[in-house]
Amino acid sequence: MTSHIAAIGWRKKRSGLRWLVCAGIVATFVGLPLAGLFLQAIQGSPGLWAHLISTILPAHLVDTLILLCGVGVVTTVVGTTTAWLVTAYAFPGRRILEWALLLPLAVPTYIVAYAYLDILHPIGSVQGAIRWWLGYSSPRQFRLPDVRSMTGCILLLGFVLYPYVYIPTRAMFVTQSANLIDAARTLGISRHGIFWNVALPLARPAVAVGVSLALMETLNDVGAAEFLGVRTLTVSIYTTWITRSDLPGASQIALLLLLIVVGLVALERWARRRQRYSADARRHRSLKPHCITGIKGMILFMLGFTPILIGFAAPALYLVTEALKRVRFAGLSPRLQHEAVNTISLAAIATLVTILLGVVIAYTNRLRPGAVSSWSYRLATMGYAAPGTVVAIGVLIVLASVDRFIDRTALEWFGLSTGLLIMGSGAALIYAYAMRFLAISAGGIDAGLSRISLSLDHASRTLGQSPAGTFRHVHLPLSKAAITAAGLLVFVDCVKELPATLLLRPLNVETFATHLYGEAARGTYEEASIAALAILLIGMAPVILLSRIGRETR
Amino acid sequence: MIVETPDRALEICGVSRRFGPTAAVSDVSLSIGKGEIICLVGHSGCGKSTLLRLIAGVEIPDTGRISLNGRDVSGPAAFIEPEARNIGFVFQDYALFPHLTVRQNIRFGLKRRSKAEAMERTSDVIDRIGISHLADRFPHTLSGGEQQRVALARALAPQPDILLMDEPFSNLDQALRDRVRDDTLSLLKMLGTTVIMVTHDPQEALSSGDRVVLMKEGKIVQAGSGYDLHDRPATAYAAEFFCDFNKVPGVYDAGIIKTAIGHFAYPMIVENGSSAVLYVRPQAISISLDQGDLPGRIEARNFHGEFEQFLVRIGDLERPLRIRTTKRLPKDAQRVLISIADDQVLAFS
Repeated sequence: MTSHIAAIGWRKKRSGLRWLVCAGIVATFVGLPLAGLFLQAIQGSPGLWAHLISTILPAHLVDTLILLCGVGVVTTVVGTTTAWLVTAYAFPGRRILEWALLLPLAVPTYIVAYAYLDILHPIGSVQGAIRWWLGYSSPRQFRLPDVRSMTGCILLLGFVLYPYVYIPTRAMFVTQSANLIDAARTLGISRHGIFWNVALPLARPAVAVGVSLALMETLNDVGAAEFLGVRTLTVSIYTTWITRSDLPGASQIALLLLLIVVGLVALERWARRRQRYSADARRHRSLKPHCITGIKGMILFMLGFTPILIGFAAPALYLVTEALKRVRFAGLSPRLQHEAVNTISLAAIATLVTILLGVVIAYTNRLRPGAVSSWSYRLATMGYAAPGTVVAIGVLIVLASVDRFIDRTALEWFGLSTGLLIMGSGAALIYAYAMRFLAISAGGIDAGLSRISLSLDHASRTLGQSPAGTFRHVHLPLSKAAITAAGLLVFVDCVKELPATLLLRPLNVETFATHLYGEAARGTYEEASIAALAILLIGMAPVILLSRIGRETR
Repeated sequence: MIVETPDRALEICGVSRRFGPTAAVSDVSLSIGKGEIICLVGHSGCGKSTLLRLIAGVEIPDTGRISLNGRDVSGPAAFIEPEARNIGFVFQDYALFPHLTVRQNIRFGLKRRSKAEAMERTSDVIDRIGISHLADRFPHTLSGGEQQRVALARALAPQPDILLMDEPFSNLDQALRDRVRDDTLSLLKMLGTTVIMVTHDPQEALSSGDRVVLMKEGKIVQAGSGYDLHDRPATAYAAEFFCDFNKVPGVYDAGIIKTAIGHFAYPMIVENGSSAVLYVRPQAISISLDQGDLPGRIEARNFHGEFEQFLVRIGDLERPLRIRTTKRLPKDAQRVLISIADDQVLAFS
């Protein structure tokens, strides 16, 4: 017994302990806002709950659920059919579609809504062209259904979010050995039957992952829903805080939203329960596509091109022309240049912080595997599922009380008021970005590290390097690419982020995203197209990266 | 109580390590002298690699004590990190750093020395191992045998107190393996390095080490010279590990084991009348057309080149005997006579 206690005693002396403590701190840092949110929500007066149930819940909850279902259906249908199209058939232009289908990923939901509001405006270019073609002269005689509707929102979100389904599903189709398909055909299933009987059931876990990501993105959206007049819970959190300054109320809705996220994650786990499909890498032979040429091939290409047209090409073309018009008209205003500096510097600082924290939890998980490090990892990467508004409200609660504490202490000791020290400096926004995107950084770094054989760690240690030295001399040079890629993804996501930025940015600090939001909310279409185009261009970087990775794995 | 003696390179005392419900290493004690070459051998999962990693310090024992050169490195009193143990480790996959050249790999463990000293030592080791033509190449451009030599050079460069090798030759093909092994071991002998080498190959274990340590389910089954383990195995497990025996059931009675293939004098510590199993090596049975004690019939023959294996049916014995001989028998031979010498058999209860 004593020897057992002693054994625990000296085990704690290992040097990896410092890393473990750091990982624990990172996990706490992510967990704190969620805990704060919970406390704030249950502290709210009971009357608030009643108000919540009677007014917010019926309309907003139902709208949110309808939106989720709709987006789920659209992304599943578009994502799986396009994935099957470019995997099972060879037609002219297939190679282009393979990567071009990723492009809508570069378009944030609020930008696609912003663009289509103008494109499909009753006196806009598309409706004008249709009227001209049909011989009508006035919008009173003919107009398309208003894009500002639930249907419009579902379609637009669906057509920019389907790549979340397309990517894993296509990867699944490509990695599933062709032997399975061949076996099915020898068992009497037709070429068309394969999709329903073999490919789709096999891809179900991938579809589940993709749809759950798309739906989380839907829950995260605040811009598109608001521009298009859909009252989601996310929008109501924002308005509850901004217009009514009601923090307990906002926390309560945020908590409800979190509940839906938990439900989504559970649903995704359930959908791929007991499903561990693994392809035998050594005997892998990928599916040989069926060759289709001529008119039929053209039709397939058009079919595959439609989601790209709706989700990327049309809004991008619109933004390019509008931005050019604006630049020709007024040049680049100093305001936009300020916003560029704000956007880039906030995103860069947040990326640096997020990557550092990601390194801590991913490397600790490798250095000292065990319950503590794996729970730290899980807790620290939880933020990816939480919508930006929820993260922002949580961070707000924590940092506001920290600010109050600092203010009071400073007043007591030095007799001066510090005011909102952290909230005012933009640190809150960095906190929210890091919390929300830590999963991307840690996941990417973890994937990079896992490709490095553990015996390299041991070799380095037995050759006299400490854990930190091993990271610097072995892991860092070997996972540089993975860390850079993770950094790029985090950076781009920070640039695109809208909901948390809206809530937490310091006074008078505008980024591209908040500028766009402001103009779209006011209904004034001025310089926002330039900001949107900038976000779009930055957003294309990871798409290019993804398409390159896709090509390498083949 | 174990008295620390200066000629002990390694002392392992009651070391155990569990992974969840399985005991990978349980209560192992072993002591190794300076300059000794030890082979840890056993089937996969017997705990030999875990024991090696416990010695290296990349794994921590649950209980027990390990000391290197009289200094406690794992135990209730202290835990020395692997980087402070002064050990060399050659990994099964060699674990060469892919982003460093051969020279940089070898210099990796010399960072505590001055730059000039490290350079000199690196060149020295490179010359000694005979890899100067590889010095500026990257690991992925090297063949398996070359990588093995670089791994050895890297492990030896910091002049470790003890060299640990985990299946160092198993990634080489058969023809290359014997030569590389002979070269490596003669070099290590010449340098007087203390070596613990893990292998799953019985032949390699017998031929490589001064001492062979056979492990099973986390415990040491038997330790001794190769001759001891092969010729005088203490248990049936040890016997079967090193040789593919014929096993014939029998009954023990007053110093004699009575079996269907004859009576053999054999001293055993079991009750009279209890059953015993006779172990006969395939090459210890002589086979002939006209000379021998027992008649048999050839059921199958299989020519291996260096020897020929016969399956010979004897009377009402359940299984035919496997016999290996370098002798040639006529192609149509059917009836044969066999004989087994008393001193060639083993028996276990």
